[in-house]
Amino acid sequence: MKNEWPLWEVFIRGKHGTSHRHFGSLHAPDAEMAIKNARDVYTRRNEGVSIWVVEAEHISASAPSDKGPLYEPSNAKVYRHPSFFDIPDDVGAM
Amino acid sequence: MYAQVVESTGKSVKSPEEMSEKERAFQARIDAGEKIEPKDWMPDDYRKTLIRQIGQHAHSEVVGQLPEGNWITRAPTLERKAILLAKVQDEAGHGLYLYCAAETLGVSRDDLTEQLLSGRMKYSSIFNYPTLTWADMGAVGWLVDGAAIMNQVPLQRTSFGPYSRAMIRVCKEESFHQRQGYDIMMKMANGTPAQKAMAQDALNRLWYPSLMMFGPSDKNSVHSAQSMAWKIKIDSNDGLRQRFVDQTVPQAEYLGLTIPDDNLRLDEETGHYEFSQPDWSEFNDVLRGNGPCNTERLNARNKAWNDGAWVRDGLMAHAAKKAAAKIAAE
Ligand SMILES: [Fe+2]
Ligand SMILES: [Fe+2]
Repeated sequence: MKNEWPLWEVFIRGKHGTSHRHFGSLHAPDAEMAIKNARDVYTRRNEGVSIWVVEAEHISASAPSDKGPLYEPSNAKVYRHPSFFDIPDDVGAM
Repeated sequence: MYAQVVESTGKSVKSPEEMSEKERAFQARIDAGEKIEPKDWMPDDYRKTLIRQIGQHAHSEVVGQLPEGNWITRAPTLERKAILLAKVQDEAGHGLYLYCAAETLGVSRDDLTEQLLSGRMKYSSIFNYPTLTWADMGAVGWLVDGAAIMNQVPLQRTSFGPYSRAMIRVCKEESFHQRQGYDIMMKMANGTPAQKAMAQDALNRLWYPSLMMFGPSDKNSVHSAQSMAWKIKIDSNDGLRQRFVDQTVPQAEYLGLTIPDDNLRLDEETGHYEFSQPDWSEFNDVLRGNGPCNTERLNARNKAWNDGAWVRDGLMAHAAKKAAAKIAAE
């Protein structure tokens, strides 16, 4: 059993207007078959209108241990949120 | 359940003092209801136990297609045939969702397949019983998928992210399975006396094997205690079994069928049914490989795998040829 089909990650657009979302993965010999298999495995009940597949080995991911250093800079910038600013009610909708 | 006897490390649950700092932080995340994702640090035993559990669960979905596949060509109407086909196809999908979840833990699909085919990994005992009549298609959907739902609904909250997400997809599809089974039972129970007798016979044969699906009592099991602390097991086997009986007895009454248990009675005070335990020696025997269909099921899986080898290899060769041609053209 050495000749295992590669692993593909499957992304599906639920309905028009939303972006593709990760649905799961599957094995297939090539991209064409991966899309056909994704149709059978992940859209048996009209879950999607568009399928993307990408070979899992081509995905780069951030390391969980980097969580602190990666996100800390934005955590510290609270002024990026509108609620940081106190605007008097008299000003009206803003 | 679909993973009835998952052997963990056999060690009892560690107290916070016995844990390393990493283990303590890990347990704290689980206690806080956080999901563990594949690349996060996890104790080796958590990983090993999960691979066994999710692997058994996946194998059960796949082998579970065989008893129902047995009736696809002989379904009584074209509509029933299409419904059964869709149901069995769903089970194949469930197997695939689960294999993918297991693979995120670092085991390969072929490795899992090989362990099933060689008999080193188990699948649920229920699928080693034969499906003798069409009424069995009703009883399997009603009881077997019913028991599966009872187990899988709480597992949606399991601590391992990929397993939890697979369970959410599975649960969305299961209710169709149980309903189509009960629908068959209603037709047969309200049919001719011979049809009703066939429905009763299916219930008689599948009742105790269905109760076995929840696994032996885990009151004193070390495996269960650790799995519960890790939230990869949510309810006790006995608790789920009781819930199943409480839900199913009134459904049998509605059909006008009798649960094959002389000791069955409703305890007015607790609101729960008292019932007889299945024969646990039979259960152990089936797990050991001596059930009525163990050999047949494993032979069928091995044959499917071996007969499909030329297709798998051929498609890989074709993909390699196409990729080479593309590079040459560039
Ligand atoms: Fe299933
Ligand atoms: Fe099912």
